[in-house]
Amino acid sequence: MTTRVEELEEVEGASLDPPYDYPAYRSTALRAPKRPFLVLPAGLEARSAPVFGEERLGQLDADLTRQHPGAPLGERIVVAGRLLDGEGRPIAGKLVEVWQANAAGRYAHSVDDHPAPLDPNFTGYGRCLTGPGGEYRFLTVKPGSYPWANHPNAWRPAHIHFSVFGRSFPERLVTQMYFPGDPLFPYDPIFNSVGDPSARARMVSHFDLELTEPGFALGYRYDIVVGGRRPTPVDR
Amino acid sequence: MSGEATEGGTGPSAPSSGAGGAFGPTPSQTAGPYLAIGLAPLAAHELVEPGSPGAVTISGRLLDGEGRGVPDGAVEIWQADPDGRFPPESAPGWTGLGRCLTDEDGGYRFLTLKPGRLTGPGGEAQAPHLEVLVLARGLLRQVRTRMYFPDEAEANDRDPLLSAIPDPGRRATLVAAGEGGELHFDIRLQGPEETVFFAP
Ligand SMILES: [Fe+2]
Repeated sequence: MTTRVEELEEVEGASLDPPYDYPAYRSTALRAPKRPFLVLPAGLEARSAPVFGEERLGQLDADLTRQHPGAPLGERIVVAGRLLDGEGRPIAGKLVEVWQANAAGRYAHSVDDHPAPLDPNFTGYGRCLTGPGGEYRFLTVKPGSYPWANHPNAWRPAHIHFSVFGRSFPERLVTQMYFPGDPLFPYDPIFNSVGDPSARARMVSHFDLELTEPGFALGYRYDIVVGGRRPTPVDR
Repeated sequence: MSGEATEGGTGPSAPSSGAGGAFGPTPSQTAGPYLAIGLAPLAAHELVEPGSPGAVTISGRLLDGEGRGVPDGAVEIWQADPDGRFPPESAPGWTGLGRCLTDEDGGYRFLTLKPGRLTGPGGEAQAPHLEVLVLARGLLRQVRTRMYFPDEAEANDRDPLLSAIPDPGRRATLVAAGEGGELHFDIRLQGPEETVFFAP
């Protein structure tokens, strides 16, 4: 077998992911790679992915509202969904990590200088392993929108950061989950860096009455699909 | 589904493929400036205990287009054990995964063991290497690269990936500097010595 390593210029529309170089998001200017990308032949790709055992996860890791002595302020929400591969099959036993601002739009991070209150009862970090059907579930509070310095009067739509592992290391995905109907969508370069409207819509959770717990918390459903980013490579 | 590709446009009976986009991959978004909240709790820069026989330190900096360190980034490595095996077939206790948040100078550090050679499906040997993945504010998607070992010149010359990169300067961006147990590997996102990255 002769290995062929091709080079790929970044092509608009070559993928549903955002381009690296996206001037409207100013931080890409000095960080987006400029040279062509190498396409690894399928046979050279990592075929395995990290395994995390239950022993590293605590019982309350998926409940962001019970990590401190008191309850955090804000609107309690359930965020749940499934981790799926490119064919829609569930991926079981994989790590899902989330992080987010508090209900006032402030992160528990030294770099965040937004003058909104910190919440001593909220860290904004959660994790869990997907179940046999690929399912995950977090209890948290709805994050607030927050301003950033990208352009005048710039505000991020409310979002929760997600980090997941798929079946192989290249399927690793870090993304953001948004909430339906956010009025900030048209103004946010990060959200709009995904050019395809249908792909963009897949980053938006949807309200789910079945997930909603009566008298307690609204439910938002959000499935995450890893893989399927390019056609299955053919061995030559 | 294809006619329902508007935000929040699906009814309660629609398949749960997000908010109404037709089924497909979930797009990537930047990890943003506060990635440490989400990635530091399970950070693990030591894949083996300090003092373990054969332990190798791999350190370097994540650098932007002006050569400045990227302080809000994370580097993850994924690698086989010294016998070339990945979990769950690898040696007991071997996770294969390292994760290090960059410091204020863009620096990162791992303590690990040199992986064994891997065999591709065609039987060709791959030189020992680490899969490397980088996340940062300003990266709308992760970037992926590999780190090869400087004391494996012969294996590197025959490696199917390295040998397929014609430009020696480009190829050199994938090989660590240093020797023995102290290796150095900078990751340059831009510039004349930009690291070779792989298409996602
Ligand atoms: Fe954020």
